[in-house]
Amino acid sequence: MFNRPTAALAGLLLVSAAPLAQAADKPTDPQIAHIAYTAGTIDIEAAKLAIKKSKTKEIVDFAKDMERDHVAVNKQALDLVKKLKVTPEDNATSQSLTKAAKEERAKLAKLKGAAFDKAYIESEVAYHKQVDSALETLLIPSASNAELKSLLETGLKIFQGHEQHAEHVAGMLK
Amino acid sequence: MKAGALTLFGALALAFVARPVSAATIEVTIDKLVFSPASVEAKVGDTIEWVNKDALAHTATVKGGWEVMIAPKSKGRTTLKTAGAVDYFCRFHPNMKGHLDVSP
Ligand SMILES: [Cu+2]
Repeated sequence: MFNRPTAALAGLLLVSAAPLAQAADKPTDPQIAHIAYTAGTIDIEAAKLAIKKSKTKEIVDFAKDMERDHVAVNKQALDLVKKLKVTPEDNATSQSLTKAAKEERAKLAKLKGAAFDKAYIESEVAYHKQVDSALETLLIPSASNAELKSLLETGLKIFQGHEQHAEHVAGMLK
Repeated sequence: MKAGALTLFGALALAFVARPVSAATIEVTIDKLVFSPASVEAKVGDTIEWVNKDALAHTATVKGGWEVMIAPKSKGRTTLKTAGAVDYFCRFHPNMKGHLDVSP
């Protein structure tokens, strides 16, 4: 989508796309629940940073939308695992996602003004793309519980919407 | 007998003429990021009632036109003021799309 991805963005993709793509072993439901919840939390953290740092209304509004939606989805996920009596299980994919996100946030934290806005929104586009493809190719096909699968499918629709929303905001900044 | 039938028909016709704008309320449900029915035929003066079953806020937004915010697990209403065919979408999730055909 972007012709000149920033170095930070390229870094994020390199670090975190690999473990998601190469997880040859199918994750178990407790692991899937953990990955999905972690992915949501990462976007909430990024949103909080953007709400704090950005002075651009479109960016702040977008970040608030992300925070609100991901909080709602994560709450549904927690309610479901409680109902299913599943304990989310930490795993290598969650850990590498968290590590990559921490590095990305540290990079974003150093940026200001228009540079921050651009880097944030581009990383949002890339991040949602990455999560969507992980859902589509790995997490949804691996989920064995029907309710978990259904929640992930709804999640995919939500995040595809976010991806389009982020692309729209990115287009407006140009 | 024939006259009776005609009278009845006449009365019905009159009833329609007398209340030409009996505005209707049309329900559009949102469930798992889908508007259904996806396409609705309505008249000016009708109200669309959006019933959001999702845990997320959505909007029904017409580009360059109106917008209604539909809070999670609640309802939103829009009264149609102008005739024409419009496409709408959710501003937060632009992959959610719907269509309205509004006749005068
Ligand atoms: Cu929406």
